[in-house]
Amino acid sequence: MSSIVSYGSYIPRYRIKAEEIAKEWGENPENIKSGLFIYSKSVPGPDEDVLTISAEAAKNTLKRSDVDRKKIGAIYVGSESHPYAVKPTSSILVEALGLSYDIHSADYEFACKAGTAAVQNVMAMVDSGQIENGIAIGADTSQGAPGDALEYSASAGGTAILIGRNGFADFNATLSFTTDTPDFWRREGEKYPSHGGRFTGEPAYFKHVLTGAKKMMERQKTKPGDYDYAVFHQPNGKFPTRAAKMLGFKDEQVKDGLLTPYIGNTYSSSMIIGLSAILDKAESGDRILAVAFGSGAGSDVFDITVNDRIKTFRRERAKGVMEQVNNPIWIDYATYVKFRGKIIMRGA
Amino acid sequence: MSEVPRFWRESRHRYRLVGTRCGKCDTLYFPPRVICPSCRRESVGAMREEEMSGEGEIYSFTVVHDGLEQFKMQVPYVIALIRMKEGPFVTGQIVDCSPGEVKIGTKVSATLRKVRTEGKEGIIQYGYKFTITH
Repeated sequence: MSSIVSYGSYIPRYRIKAEEIAKEWGENPENIKSGLFIYSKSVPGPDEDVLTISAEAAKNTLKRSDVDRKKIGAIYVGSESHPYAVKPTSSILVEALGLSYDIHSADYEFACKAGTAAVQNVMAMVDSGQIENGIAIGADTSQGAPGDALEYSASAGGTAILIGRNGFADFNATLSFTTDTPDFWRREGEKYPSHGGRFTGEPAYFKHVLTGAKKMMERQKTKPGDYDYAVFHQPNGKFPTRAAKMLGFKDEQVKDGLLTPYIGNTYSSSMIIGLSAILDKAESGDRILAVAFGSGAGSDVFDITVNDRIKTFRRERAKGVMEQVNNPIWIDYATYVKFRGKIIMRGA
Repeated sequence: MSEVPRFWRESRHRYRLVGTRCGKCDTLYFPPRVICPSCRRESVGAMREEEMSGEGEIYSFTVVHDGLEQFKMQVPYVIALIRMKEGPFVTGQIVDCSPGEVKIGTKVSATLRKVRTEGKEGIIQYGYKFTITH
């Protein structure tokens, strides 16, 4: 059975508050905070992108494990903001992390669930015996058009998971649910994504998240009370909170994995950075339901149980999620638009 | 002219701070050297690549207010001479901090960042920079 051998996350230190964005667009920040349940979001530095964020997340993962880097058999990176349109992020990571050149690697895309698609693929390769262990990464530096509601949430961050046998958290099961739903998209060459406004809710996020979670609990013959933690894709703070309530989960099962109110939606890392925060405090025997959602649309669901090996796992070798959340550098809107390339520079 | 071949040859050194250690006198060099300047011909074939930990401390630094075109976005920024834990001195940018936070002796850790790009269509050059160790 495949399991989580190690994990690590990276969140850029720059942050902007919802008030700072709302002020520029004549919005009432209280509506954003109470409506979308977003207080602030992370912003990548001018020299950060999906490659650098993936590398830092993977380095944190490798620091916490004694697995020989040269024996890692696969590296897959899920993102919707890869630095190159053609030229894989994953091949740069092979060199940046000092992995063996005898390695399977590819970049994945499926909106916000590209990272969990990578997790499922590495799980399958471990379960089939093709590889001993592999790294799956979800990372993004997502963009929202100036003045769009997405500008309050689209943020940056990444999480890397090392999957192999005999890890500290077992994957009991995984499943996916996929339909053709045009709730959110970005056409080739366009800088900013488009979305269907309210259409992103019921027929997209809620249908796929709720169906995926229910199918998993049917398959595993479990109910919400059987899980110690639940974590959902979090495009804002409101959607996952409501989805959890609709499924019958309580606030205390969900609060540790809910990060979007403070760091925004890290897209391909959104659910797995929440899972990373949960793993930062989980104990042996804890059971976790994890549901990722990707627009377009689909959900990837995982049923995970933490085992006794967590007691000897070296979490302290890398910074945990909350330690990074609580170490911000606050910036204003002018710095934000400069960093995110939203102003036209000479020679650009 | 494109710098692709040169950048590619040096990428592992820039990504992971890979230097070379002389098998004769045990000195570690960064940037890597093909021959040890002390042991000369005796070091031929004895130079071995070695990755540094990325940990070091600031030996000296300067604050750049009038940056190169590609660094305009980041001024004022700090360029420092860093004494690596393994011995070699490395010049690098200190990021994610204000210049006032940087002091001689400050502990720093290497981080992979974009260093420059060859325009909008060319390659992105990644390499080491440093952050203050918290």
